[in-house]
Amino acid sequence: MKVFWAFIKKEFFHILRDRRTLFILIGMPIVQILIFGYAVTNEFKGANIAVYDQAQDESSLDFIHQLQASGHFQLLQSPGEIEAAFQSAAIKMAVVIPANFGQHLYPGQSTQLQLLTDGTDPNTAVTLTQYAGLIIQQFQHQGRAERQAPPILVENKMVYNPALKSVYLFVPGVMALILMLVSAMMTSLTIAREKELGTMELLLVSPLPPFLIIAGKVIPYIILSLLNALLILGVGVYVFGVPLIGSFWLLIGVCMLFIVLALALGILISTKAETQQAAMLVSLMGLMMPTILLSGFLFPIESMPLLLQWISKIIPAKYFILLLKDIMLKGSGWYYIWTESLVLFGMAFFLLMASWKNFKIRLT
Amino acid sequence: MIQVEGLSKRFGDFTAVNAISFSVKKGEIFGFLGANGAGKTTAMRMLTGLSRPSDGNATVAGYDVYTQTEAIKRRIGYMSQKFSLYEDLTVRENIALFGGVYGMKRRRIKEKMDELLGQLQLMDKRNHLVGSLPLGWKQKLAFSVSLFHEPEIVFLDEPTGGVDPITRRQFWEMIYEAAHRGITVFVTTHYMDEAEYCDKVSIMVAGKIAAMDSPQQLKQQFEVDSMDDVFVNLARG
Repeated sequence: MKVFWAFIKKEFFHILRDRRTLFILIGMPIVQILIFGYAVTNEFKGANIAVYDQAQDESSLDFIHQLQASGHFQLLQSPGEIEAAFQSAAIKMAVVIPANFGQHLYPGQSTQLQLLTDGTDPNTAVTLTQYAGLIIQQFQHQGRAERQAPPILVENKMVYNPALKSVYLFVPGVMALILMLVSAMMTSLTIAREKELGTMELLLVSPLPPFLIIAGKVIPYIILSLLNALLILGVGVYVFGVPLIGSFWLLIGVCMLFIVLALALGILISTKAETQQAAMLVSLMGLMMPTILLSGFLFPIESMPLLLQWISKIIPAKYFILLLKDIMLKGSGWYYIWTESLVLFGMAFFLLMASWKNFKIRLT
Repeated sequence: MIQVEGLSKRFGDFTAVNAISFSVKKGEIFGFLGANGAGKTTAMRMLTGLSRPSDGNATVAGYDVYTQTEAIKRRIGYMSQKFSLYEDLTVRENIALFGGVYGMKRRRIKEKMDELLGQLQLMDKRNHLVGSLPLGWKQKLAFSVSLFHEPEIVFLDEPTGGVDPITRRQFWEMIYEAAHRGITVFVTTHYMDEAEYCDKVSIMVAGKIAAMDSPQQLKQQFEVDSMDDVFVNLARG
């Protein structure tokens, strides 16, 4: 046991003395969550818009006021010509209110509004029109409630993420990405490094059983992965206000399962890759890319071509992200998540067996 | 100390080591020579318990290479062709790690470490990273570390590769000293002048031992002046 401890200590020395490794382990999670949380987000706060108000009456001013009050838009004072403002990218959207806006609104006739958006950035354009659409709908109901019952109310309500906050969805995604990175890629790198430098040989001729050699290399990364999971969770909950409705321990349990799975993948890669470069390439192409693209993290699986949907079924991160969303946002208990958990468990078991077998083969 | 009889290793159709036999006595320096790809490394891997032989018998320090590899591993030291310490650990950490890996008690490690650092004149460098030491020092340190747990046999796989002649000489003095203390030395090398320092030399050609004797006897047998010529004669067939 003391031997084992000395061995783990050595692995920590390796990690702490290599700045690059240290940055990937500690810096990356923070950078990732901040980037995804703040920058790469589909929601808008204070997007610059221009309003061309031809009506200039009570109701149009009221409407403009509501647009501003939503917090999504910032009215640009004296935007000049709309065309020029778009050209210079000063505004993202322009609202044109016709002169007869107020007159037609109150008698319950149909009235018109024009929303102009910058089509060169379609994602932004779509999101902004959706936001504006919601505000317009609200405004309509207010105005009509005084006089007559509104015809048919179409209520759009999002459950579990009512504010449509994209950061809610990024936290599980970043978690999957970082745990994959730390557990799988870093483990495969560290084992490949010992092989490349020839020190693996040295450990193998020592009386340490092979199982302990691998365990000693992997345990520091388990600890670091868990710390990273807590870090991301902490930033998500306290900085971005992501709810954690379900059980904290269930969440940690699911994280552990995913970490073990990722470690097994890392060991499997390292038994095949002879150099750090090879291990790095395989990890990036074989693990990171599918985790980012096919797990439902950035792109919804439902809108993928059928072939990719099938492939996504074997991406562990897909199940992990589902589990995290269930536990964090819906507060699901064990009863609701056992199928996904079982899939992850099966994958982890299979990968552990495969990597162990491969390691044995290499020995003889 | 080492008894080998008809030891073979086959990878599919390819026979890397073909029924080699030899024995090494306690305290002997045994030179294991051969061109690249002659099967030296494979033979050495079988003796150190890294690779399972396909055929034949062998014992190392009295233990069987098929069934008692754990016991063998505890009694041998190993230093490989590639540099075999951790560059990002300090001198002390490296020594402590390998002492620990071989199950030495902490106090024993401490005592022996001070002694060793004094001998190697590395006392003032004990907290330096090994990566910052000159190659010659690294290699001497690596050799000392391979002997640190007092093995009965030490396997050296091309230990002096890339080292200057003076350091090589010093290195061989360390090997002599180890042999003098009763440690059996099994060494592979490419330098034929080093072969002259060995008590007994075997030369492998294409998986077989083509010649085995003391350097003196081999030179007489082939009627040449140096081991270099002996080797060239054999390797050409």
